[in-house]
Amino acid sequence: MKTNDAKPTAGRTNHRRFYGHGIPHVRLEELAGKLIAVEGADGSGRSTQIARLVDWLETSGHATVQVGLKRSTLVSAELEKAQDGNILSRTTLSLFYATDFADQLENIILPALKGGLIVLADRYIYTLMARDMVRGMDEAWLKNLYGIALEPDAVFYLEVEAEELVQRNLSKKAALDYWESGMDLGLSRDMFDSFLKYQMAMRNAFRQLQKTYGFTIVDGNRSVETITETLWGKIRALLAEK
Amino acid sequence: MKTFAELNFPGRLVAVEGLDGSGKSTQIYLLKRWLEAEGIKVYFSEWNSSELVKSATSKGKKRELLTPTTFSLIHATDFADRYERHLLPLLRAGYVVLCDRYVFTAFARDVTRGCPPDWVRGIYSFAAQPDLTFFFKADLEVSLNRILEGRPKLKFFEAGMDLRLSSDPYESFRIFQGRILEQYMAMSAEFSFVVTDANQNVETQQATVRKLVRERIDLERFRRRSPLPLPPPAQRTNKVEEMEEDSAA
Repeated sequence: MKTNDAKPTAGRTNHRRFYGHGIPHVRLEELAGKLIAVEGADGSGRSTQIARLVDWLETSGHATVQVGLKRSTLVSAELEKAQDGNILSRTTLSLFYATDFADQLENIILPALKGGLIVLADRYIYTLMARDMVRGMDEAWLKNLYGIALEPDAVFYLEVEAEELVQRNLSKKAALDYWESGMDLGLSRDMFDSFLKYQMAMRNAFRQLQKTYGFTIVDGNRSVETITETLWGKIRALLAEK
Repeated sequence: MKTFAELNFPGRLVAVEGLDGSGKSTQIYLLKRWLEAEGIKVYFSEWNSSELVKSATSKGKKRELLTPTTFSLIHATDFADRYERHLLPLLRAGYVVLCDRYVFTAFARDVTRGCPPDWVRGIYSFAAQPDLTFFFKADLEVSLNRILEGRPKLKFFEAGMDLRLSSDPYESFRIFQGRILEQYMAMSAEFSFVVTDANQNVETQQATVRKLVRERIDLERFRRRSPLPLPPPAQRTNKVEEMEEDSAA
């Protein structure tokens, strides 16, 4: 599937922009590097693909930096703790994740881009927005909140059938993750059912977001190699631009 | 922005706002004591006090990790936690909720730090307007002197040092507070602040506060039917000392 939205596709340094107000005092024209985001559920092959991309990029002589959810110095530990106890309400959790994102944006992503590095985001704002939308948060509120985010040069959403995700998760850990099953939503007391329902809802939320943010939906049901080929093709073109 | 009364909540929310050193914490504490003595169901909540979020905030402040954006977001997280877990259920249950600082603190402070006003307001749009908001307005010099009297060691963010207004923390603090006051004044009419002259003595101010609360809120509706259980010890001890130190900065 290809992006063919009215919105301008991410890319080209001279088209750099924040989705909303962005971060004060940032000079967009100085952000020479590339920001590539890979989205997808656990078991979608996200981490595998990122590892392969890093390998390939570094072998080709590009310096890379990785960011991801819950990796900020500022709040990652507290966020982890809050999630363990499942004690935060939805707006709070949402803002906590936004803080985690903003901290990495300002302290890692923007400086790295300024230094001309390639930043690989193991999930970006779209996963956060999709999760919140599934939990009934207002899309306009989320759009304002994440107006701080920089538009990546490329965003890939690895879409995998929910049934296939179940198989991959179970073969890896022999268990389904509480949050990835959306158990906090009370969709079903049966974790298996809940997982399927939640992942379907997440996929719908991603498709909804795709209309606004115009990212590339990649068929993640295919083999690892085939997917890597798809991603490489796009990124190669992106790197050739400058 | 609708008030809790307009949203048909059985409870009512009273907020106090003002600069550090305006005496607002003393006033809301005395208001709380009075309401408790009257047998009113009352709950007090302080800015920046959610247990879980607090540890991240203080780490961020100590290590000077915060930027205007993360400063704003982490305080919004703290507020949301208290709002969703405490304020809303209590207001549903018919409590009079007292807030030492409310969203207006963020509106004034974050904007002074350079965050776009509509972004900040958008984030806090889940919060309803207090039924009564007191703004304690002292002359800037009075507030500053009250805080700076003992030449305490001003904290980095409290003094607005992150804004690079001046390399002298005291000078920076003065400029920073002055700008925050301007922001407050600009939104005063929009959010129907009851502006109280904080240069007056404590007793006079408290009398005004109690009078207005009685006029605006039908306190009979909030009286406990059963005797008041003792509040948890943490809320009763060292209240005055705690207030001296401004936890909001």
